[in-house]
Amino acid sequence: MKRYITIIKLILPVIAVFLSVATYYGFDDSGKQKSTEYPYYVYLMLFVSGIYFIFAIASIFMKTLRAKIIHKAPLLTGTIIFMAFVNIVTAKTTILPTLYFPSLDRIIGLIYEQKLFLLENVFFSLKLLITGFIWGASIGFLTGLALGYSKKVGYWLNPVTKFIGPIPTTAWIPLALSVFPTTNTANVFLIAFAVWFPVTLMTSSGIQSTNQVHFEVSSTLGASTLYKIIHVAIPSAMPSIFLGVFYGTVSSFATLMAVEMNGNSSGIGWYINWQKQVMMYDGVYAGLIIIAVLCSLILTLLFKVRDRVLVWQKGVIKW
Amino acid sequence: MVGNISIQNVRKEFVNQDSSQENIIALNDFTLDIQPGTFVSLIGPSGCGKSTLLRLISGLERPSSGSIVLDGKEISKPGSDRGFAFQGSNLFPWLTVEQNIAFGLKARHIYKDNKKDVQDFIDLIGLNGFEKSYPHQLSGGMNQRASLARALVGHPKVLLLDEPLGALDAFTRMNLQDEILEIWQNHNMTMIMVTHDVDEAIYMSDKVVVMSARPSKVEAVIDIELPRPRARAQDTFQVYRSQILNILNLGGDIGMIEYQI
Repeated sequence: MKRYITIIKLILPVIAVFLSVATYYGFDDSGKQKSTEYPYYVYLMLFVSGIYFIFAIASIFMKTLRAKIIHKAPLLTGTIIFMAFVNIVTAKTTILPTLYFPSLDRIIGLIYEQKLFLLENVFFSLKLLITGFIWGASIGFLTGLALGYSKKVGYWLNPVTKFIGPIPTTAWIPLALSVFPTTNTANVFLIAFAVWFPVTLMTSSGIQSTNQVHFEVSSTLGASTLYKIIHVAIPSAMPSIFLGVFYGTVSSFATLMAVEMNGNSSGIGWYINWQKQVMMYDGVYAGLIIIAVLCSLILTLLFKVRDRVLVWQKGVIKW
Repeated sequence: MVGNISIQNVRKEFVNQDSSQENIIALNDFTLDIQPGTFVSLIGPSGCGKSTLLRLISGLERPSSGSIVLDGKEISKPGSDRGFAFQGSNLFPWLTVEQNIAFGLKARHIYKDNKKDVQDFIDLIGLNGFEKSYPHQLSGGMNQRASLARALVGHPKVLLLDEPLGALDAFTRMNLQDEILEIWQNHNMTMIMVTHDVDEAIYMSDKVVVMSARPSKVEAVIDIELPRPRARAQDTFQVYRSQILNILNLGGDIGMIEYQI
């Protein structure tokens, strides 16, 4: 019995692809949507089934992969059916305004046809994001460390952090754009700022909540102050620091979009805004999909790193 | 033989930040001489300053007046010549058992020359196979063993034990008592242990120091003149037991030694 359920589960996505292609060809388009040169929707379906097929074959030999595929197959099925539904709503029946709800053919086609241009924008955004992130995270880590460890530094720096930290990054945009020599440096500053505050806050609170006994243990074992900072305070604050980095990353995404939509001339945020201005909503959706994939990938990567660094922790946030 | 501790007229007063409350005098005019290589237990009513005394010897706290001298040198700060096994399990959770035990050697930059010691102590405390485990993967007893090894690996002259076995079940406790005794006998060090358990104190010590309630002084020093290895169910235990309980004013009833003051 269990065996049959497994097989059915594995076949489900194939059936879904078949149904979704059948609806694509079975019903006529309403004709209100701009038609595309190629049936991109079908291409995507074929592409997805091709990938699925490769994984399914590989899973015959790999047990862990098999479990994963069986686990994910219903989800994939659901996604395909949802896409078929969206296709019916947007392309076949066009019950929604076609301007704001372009067909999947158009969105997929646009991503495919403009892939190089989109990639360029993705790289531009990534460069900005990473530069800003590195500055923000490293300065945030150092301020957090100083704040958390030294009472004197805390006395002077804490009020400053508490005063300027909560200012939403977007509120800095007008000032930053006028004060910094180039738009790019202003953007880097803004993203860095967005990362800096949560990292500072969480680093300092992590350092402060270091178990006092651990400091005492290391004292009795002959550790110097520097050694205690590096080998006790920082590792013990790591879970908290990662939380800060996580908040910072999320807030850096928001800032990235804000700065790119405000006077930038490339980047994925700029692209979305530009497409909206020229009333090309398929481009807006394409941009959103790319951002979703990108941000999701970055967070996944972040959590992978965290799982590596924090293997010693018991309960952790799931991503 | 090294590991002689001489405590002279020590007073320890904790200044209360809140001025409306009185300062706490933990120890007053506390004098005690500990011979090298002896096993000494500190016993006394709860809150009487036993742990404070250990912290003073370790150098984590400084006496308000008086002096504590280790082998002719006044103690002013923590040092690796005095190992400290803290109450409860407090291994560094981000380090494996092996890394925890090696911590002191690494901190003192002598790890390379003493790598073998780490493995020796892992063998000694019976944690082979758990070298790469993290503290949360181990039982309470294993944690306690590992933190003992961590305190011992630098070969301190004195080992300070702050209720090291308090949180363990009876069997693990007895096993560890024997292991500690074995380490003590093989490594020639002075051991000073805070305990709440009169039987444990009698079973393990050369001398049991009974402390009075706060501000604490030495109430009595009782020499336990029983041959080693000792048997737990010995008649003579009862003699020492009643002697100690009587000093603690608990002689009328047996068993209860913990009370609030």
